[in-house]
Amino acid sequence: MASEIFVAVLQYLISGLTNGAIYALIALGFGIIFNATHIINFAQGEFVMLGALCAISLYQVFPSLPAAFLGATLLVTLLGLLFERLALRPVQDRSPLTLIIITVGGAVLLKGLAMLWWGKEAYNLPPFTGATPLHLGPATILPQNLWVLGVAALLVAGLEAFFRLTLTGKAMRACAYNPVAARLAGIPAMRMVQLSFGLSAALGAAGGILIAPLTLGVYDMGTMLGLKGFSAAILGGLGSSLGGVLGGLVLGVAESLASGLISSGYRDAVAFFILLLALFLRPQGLLGGKG
Amino acid sequence: MAEAPLLEIEDLTLSFGGLKALDGVSFAVPPGVVKAVIGPNGAGKTTLFHLISGFLTPDRGRIVFRGEEIQGRPAHAIASRGIARTFQLVQLFDHMTVLENVMVGRHRLSRAGLLAGALHLPWTRREEAAIREQAYGALELVGLSSRAAQPAGFLPLGLKRLLEIARALASEPTLLLLDEPASGLDQAETERLGELILTLKARGLTLLLVEHDMSLTMEVADEIAVLNYGRLIAEGPPRAIQRHPEVIAAYLGPDWQG
Amino acid sequence: MRRLTPFAPWALFALLLAVLPVALRNDYHLSLLNFIGLHTILVVGLNLLMGYAGQISLGHAAFFGVGAYTSGILTATYGVNPWLALAAGLALAAGLAVLIGIPALKLRGYYLAMATLGFGVIVYIFFVQAQGLTGGPSGLSGIPALSLPGFTFHTPLRLYGLIWTATLGILALSAGLVDSRLGRALRALHDSEMAAESLGIHTQRLKLLIFVWSALYASLAGSLYAHTLNFIAPSSFDIMFSIKLVTMVVVGGMASIWGSLLGAGVLTLLPELLVVFHDFEVVIFGGVLMVVMIFLPRGLVRGLLDLWEYRHFRREGRTGG
Repeated sequence: MASEIFVAVLQYLISGLTNGAIYALIALGFGIIFNATHIINFAQGEFVMLGALCAISLYQVFPSLPAAFLGATLLVTLLGLLFERLALRPVQDRSPLTLIIITVGGAVLLKGLAMLWWGKEAYNLPPFTGATPLHLGPATILPQNLWVLGVAALLVAGLEAFFRLTLTGKAMRACAYNPVAARLAGIPAMRMVQLSFGLSAALGAAGGILIAPLTLGVYDMGTMLGLKGFSAAILGGLGSSLGGVLGGLVLGVAESLASGLISSGYRDAVAFFILLLALFLRPQGLLGGKG
Repeated sequence: MAEAPLLEIEDLTLSFGGLKALDGVSFAVPPGVVKAVIGPNGAGKTTLFHLISGFLTPDRGRIVFRGEEIQGRPAHAIASRGIARTFQLVQLFDHMTVLENVMVGRHRLSRAGLLAGALHLPWTRREEAAIREQAYGALELVGLSSRAAQPAGFLPLGLKRLLEIARALASEPTLLLLDEPASGLDQAETERLGELILTLKARGLTLLLVEHDMSLTMEVADEIAVLNYGRLIAEGPPRAIQRHPEVIAAYLGPDWQG
Repeated sequence: MRRLTPFAPWALFALLLAVLPVALRNDYHLSLLNFIGLHTILVVGLNLLMGYAGQISLGHAAFFGVGAYTSGILTATYGVNPWLALAAGLALAAGLAVLIGIPALKLRGYYLAMATLGFGVIVYIFFVQAQGLTGGPSGLSGIPALSLPGFTFHTPLRLYGLIWTATLGILALSAGLVDSRLGRALRALHDSEMAAESLGIHTQRLKLLIFVWSALYASLAGSLYAHTLNFIAPSSFDIMFSIKLVTMVVVGGMASIWGSLLGAGVLTLLPELLVVFHDFEVVIFGGVLMVVMIFLPRGLVRGLLDLWEYRHFRREGRTGG
C-alpha cells in the first residue's frame, strides 16, 4: 500500500515538475518584461499558445521538429515585438489600470485571432523523440518530460548567462535596478523594452512548443497557462529569475500533488489559491523580488 | 506663554534603509503662531510632514497633538483630529471642478452615508447646500470663487496651490501644514500667499510651514526651526536664525566668510 | 462632472421605456432589451468601482454567478420563495465581497487585478465542479419565474417591466450616489488617494464599501437573470464574461452613469447584429478594448467629453487670471 502511494507520488512529482518547468518559463517571461517596464503583460500566455500552434502548423508543412521549433519561436518573437510596438508604445496614459486593460485586450485579441485561424480543435505535435516510456525506478517517465525539463533548464541557464555575462544583458539588469541612471549612462530604454518583449515572447513560445506534445495545442490553452505562470512569478518573487524558477516548480508540484491526492476537478483552482495566498500574505514572493 | 503647545515633536527618528531621514528631532509649536521649518534639500522636512500627517510611522519618538499621541496613526485618523496639509507636489482632484475639490474638504465635517446620500434624502440635501456654501467661503478667502466651475486640472500652478490651501481650510483644521507652498510661484503670487498666511494666522489658525523662499519665511514666520541632515540645528525667532552660525554654515558651506 | 438636472432626462427615459415594448411587440427584441437591462445593472456597478473609484476588478462575473446560482439552487432545488432567495444571494455576494475585498483592496494596480481575476476563476471552477449543488457544466434548469400574488413574470413583456424597473431604479440610485458626498469621496479617491486620506477620508473602508455595493448590483442582476432564462450554466460566469463587462465599462466611458447604459447596450446588441460574424466576437472585444484604451483611456464617451472640455477650458484658461 505504502509503495503504491510512493509510486503515485513519484508520478505526480514527475508531471508536476514538467508542468512546473513550463510555468517557470512563463514566469520568467513576466519577470523580464516587468523588470524592463513595470508592466504585467497579460498576453504572455497567448505567446505560449501561439508558439505551440505555429510549431504545429509549420511541422505540417515541413516535417522537421527542430525547424518547427526554431521557426515558431522566431515567429512569436516577432509577434512580441509587434505587440510592444503597436499596443504599448503609443499609449498616452500609462496608469496601471490602462495598461492592464490594454494587455488584457491584447490577450483576448490574440486568442480570437487564433480561434479564427486554427479553429477550436486540438492539434497534435509529435513528441521530440518518440513516446516509448522510460523507467525511473518504479515510475514511468516519457521522453518528452525529459525534453521539457532539459530544454527549460538550458533556456534558464542561457538566460542567466545572458544577463550576467553579456553587455546587453547587464544593460537590461541596470535598467531594472535604476532606470534613470541607466538612461543617463546611455542605455537606450526603448531598445531594452523591445528586447524584453522579444525575450519573453521567445520564452513563452518555447514553453508552448515543449508542452504541446503532452497536452495538445488548442486556441484557448494560453489563458490558464498565462495565469498560472503569473501565479508562479508572484509566488517566487516577481522579477527574480531564481524566484520564477522556484515558483514555477513549486506550483507545478503542488498542483499535481493536490490534483492526484485530493481532487482532480479542482486542479486548476490550486494555482489560484496559491496566487491569492501569495498576494495576500507575501506579495513580494518567496525570494522577495523588487517592490 | 504658559499655554500648552498645540503640537509637540519628541525625539522623532526615522531611517530609510541605511539613511537616517530624521534623527532625534524635538520641537514644539505653540498655538496661534506661524512656524517655519527650513533647511537644505534632503534635510528631512517633507519626511517630518509625512510623519505628522500620518503617511509615515517613526522608528522612534512621539508626536503629541493637543495632548494626544498621534504618531503611527493612519492619515485619515489624524486628519479627523484637525490637522490639514498641502503637498509639495500639488495633489488636486484634477477631474473635479474647483468647487468640488473644496467640497471634499468638508468630508470629515459632514455625515451623509452611501444610501442616504444616493437617495438624496431631505436632510442630505440640506447638508449638501451647507457644504457648497462653506466651500464657496473657502474659495472666496483665497480669491478663487470666480473659477468655481472650472476643472481643477487646468489651473495654472499658482492657483492650484491656492486651491489646495482652500481645500485644506474647508476641513476647519486647528493646525495647517503647508509643504513648500511658494514653490513654482512668481513674486506677485508669493506676496499674495504671504498675505493669505497672515490672514489665516489672524483668524486663529496655527501654521507649520516648510519653505525654501527665505523672504517669504522671514516675513510670515514667528519662529523658525532649522533642519540639516535630519537633525534640528537651530530654533528661534527669524532674526536670530538669520545670524546663527550653524545655519549659515549649513546653507552656504562651513568655509563661508560672512 | 455636470450636475444632473433633476427630473427631465429621467422622465423622458422612463417614458421611452414605457413606449418601447408597445412599438416593438416582438418577443425576441424584448428579450434582447431585457439582457441589455441586466447587463446595464452589472456595468453600472462595475463602473462605480472602476470608473469612479479607480479600482480594478477582473472577476466581476463571480458575483453575477453567486446571485444566479443562489437564486437558482434555492428555488429550483429547495423550493424557497424566489424573493427570499434573491435576498439570500445579495447577502452571500456581500459576504464574499467583504471576505475577498479586505485583503485584496490593500493591493494596488496589477496585484489587485490579479487577485480579482484569481477570485473569479476560483468561483467559476466551483460552479463547474460542485456538480451536486450546481449541476456542473451542463447547468441548472427548472428555475421558476418570479411572481407577485396573482402575477407571474414569465413572459418577455412582463420580465421587461420587472427588469427595466430595476434597471431604472439602479441607474437613478447610482446617479444619486455619484452626485453625493460619498460620490465626491469616490472620485477624490480615484484622482489622489493621498489627498483624500489627508482630508479624513478612510480610503480602505470606502474602497471596500464600493466593492460590496458593486457586488450587490451584480448579484441582483444574476438573480434576475436566473429567473429570466429559468436555466443557468457556468459558461455564463467565466473570465471572458468578466472581460466583456470591463469592455462595456470602457466603451460606455468610465465615470459615466449613462455611459454604462450605452456600453451595455452597444456590446449586447453587437454580437446579435453580427450573428453572421459570431466567430469574430472575441476578436472584436479584444480589439475594442485595446484601441479605446490606447487612445481614449477614460473610455469612449468620457474620453470624447474630456476632449471637448479640454478645448473649451484651454481657451478660457489663456484669457483668465
